Amino acid sequence: MDVTRRNNVTVTGDPQGPAVVLAHGFGCDQNMWRATVPALARDHRVVLFDYVGSGRSDPSAFSEKRYASLDGYARDAVEVCEALDLRDAVFVGHSVSAMIGVLAARTAPERIGALVMVAPSPRYLDDDGYRGGFSAADIDELLASLESNYLGWSAAMAPVIMGNPDRPELGDELRNSFCATDPDMARVFARTTFLSDSRDDLKSVRVPTLVLECTQDVIAPREVGAFVHAAIPGSTLVTLDATGHCPHLSAPEATNEAITTFLAGLR
Amino acid sequence: MMCPADQQPDPQDPDTGAGADAGAGRLADTASFAALLEDSAEDLYESAPCGYLSTLMDGTVAKINTTLLDWLGLEREAVVGRMRFTDLLTVGGRLYHETHFAPLLRMQGELSGIALDVRRADGGRMPVLVSSAVKHGSTGEPLLIRTTLFDARERRAYEEELLRGRKAAEEARRQAEADRTRLQEALAVLQQSLLPDSLPAVPGVETAAHYHTASPDRLGGDFYDVFPVDGTRFAFFLGDVCGKGPQAAALTSLTRYTLRAAALHDPGPVAALTTLNKVLYERYSGSGDPRYCTAVYGTLEPDPATGRVAVHLAAGGHPPALVLRADGTAGYLPTPGGLLVGVVPGAHFTTASATLGPGDTLLLYTDGLTEARTGDDRTGLYGDEALLAFATGLAGRSPQAVVGALTGLLASFGDGLDDDTALLALGAPAHPAARPPRRGPA
Repeated sequence: MDVTRRNNVTVTGDPQGPAVVLAHGFGCDQNMWRATVPALARDHRVVLFDYVGSGRSDPSAFSEKRYASLDGYARDAVEVCEALDLRDAVFVGHSVSAMIGVLAARTAPERIGALVMVAPSPRYLDDDGYRGGFSAADIDELLASLESNYLGWSAAMAPVIMGNPDRPELGDELRNSFCATDPDMARVFARTTFLSDSRDDLKSVRVPTLVLECTQDVIAPREVGAFVHAAIPGSTLVTLDATGHCPHLSAPEATNEAITTFLAGLR
Repeated sequence: MMCPADQQPDPQDPDTGAGADAGAGRLADTASFAALLEDSAEDLYESAPCGYLSTLMDGTVAKINTTLLDWLGLEREAVVGRMRFTDLLTVGGRLYHETHFAPLLRMQGELSGIALDVRRADGGRMPVLVSSAVKHGSTGEPLLIRTTLFDARERRAYEEELLRGRKAAEEARRQAEADRTRLQEALAVLQQSLLPDSLPAVPGVETAAHYHTASPDRLGGDFYDVFPVDGTRFAFFLGDVCGKGPQAAALTSLTRYTLRAAALHDPGPVAALTTLNKVLYERYSGSGDPRYCTAVYGTLEPDPATGRVAVHLAAGGHPPALVLRADGTAGYLPTPGGLLVGVVPGAHFTTASATLGPGDTLLLYTDGLTEARTGDDRTGLYGDEALLAFATGLAGRSPQAVVGALTGLLASFGDGLDDDTALLALGAPAHPAARPPRRGPA
């Protein structure tokens, strides 16, 4: 199995620099990091990838069983690190990927030396005494939205989206392709993401950790950011003056500055 | 709309009545043009048959039209500057917005036709199709997001109908596949009752068999078997019941076990076929659906001292067996006059005997082989003579080799082979291993 092909791994930046792995969350793919890469590439080896079932990963590698838990996605992350033989890499994970990073760092401590958690949430559903922000009915509504929005995905276009070099002429037509996924695979990722509960895993973090939250984020509200920060011993919390769930897109300068400052402190 | 140019009389003539009509047309035209002028851009914005919304980059609503406010059941003051676009959506829609819509809009600058639900003040929801575009400033910086929302109630209801239909079809397909698997498992068990898994080892005799079923559910109307009857003899049979498919298979099962049971009582060939005839006749003659079969039944008696095998057989309505000799010749072993089994009470069966020397093979077959359709137009039949010629070419070879060659012949018939076909070859080994060593010539 060729992991770099399976996970559509892209490596850029300074080959001699310390490694930074950028991991996308539920919804889109590695293109989400397009405003982040230039800021890090100057003096880091920047590794991007798509989880199986997202972006231009190999759809034939998808397994409903493996990806029914975050551990399956964490295995993707670890296998990417292994394929490139990364040591002490900084794992930057957005949204659910922040928690996937926690699991990956526990599985492969020699490969992941620090975590940046962008808009993380260890549990999206409200629970006894815990406010994640969502109910099970809300998640069903999201699944219905996925169902009615194929976003450019269709069986005919899938091979192109997944990187079919034989038909480059179709490249221009790939609107929405950053978020185009087989609806069945997207549904699995959505369920795994929004029904996960990783609160207990936060305690296991033993590496320097930066938690980035936004002032207005309907998916990861500030009290969730505070929960993550409090649960990870020695972590740093930075609140970005940004709205929405994707500060690396809506406020790239502030996000990049927070990440590069954290990276500089690791040396 | 009236069209003055269509008026036939010369419009140049101001005195004709037709000219006056043309003037009235122009008046009406002017009136409708004036009505268009009345439709200001502002009024179009407010009362357009779609919702308009402008937000700051952080989603705060800066401008909203009356149509959308009416859909939402909200006052302008409660929305502008106070709510974000996502506040108008259902919670699930908000999740979708944050994970797909917003990132795509940031990356592409525009997005169209996204299905979302807006929440109304009365607690209801309304399906809409949303398109957004980012307006950029003169230096390229994003300024605001312009959004249009179309009423998608009818369309969503239709889509849900389609989705329901697809789910029902998928469920039906899953059910059908489960049923098919279950039936195949049941069939596999039934098939095992029709034919032996493998032929038993018969000391001093080599055996080989092949079965071709023409039925897609692999239930056939031909049968064969080989089994021991006492310390020295083995019985064998091969036959063909009338019909094909499941009904033939039911008869096949009855026939096979009747012959095996009859042989325990009296292994003689005529006795066994007579018992089968009685059973089939009594079972089916009064049913209004008479069923019968053709069969060859016989016994094998190997002589360990000589390596020869004595064969005694009887046939009812079945094509004659072939004997392939070690010396390269072959011939039919005629059993003329035997009646179909199960048609009349007290039927007569014809007997025949042969002795197989080392290297000789007895070949039994069903008429699927001789009645295979041949030729380009599939009008000819393969026939007894062609089979004899083919078998002569195989004379002297082992039962396995003979059956192997005939299997290849069957395959070469392609779709000309449209009936079940069974082959059973029984031979005395050319170089018997189990035979006691002969003394050398004196």
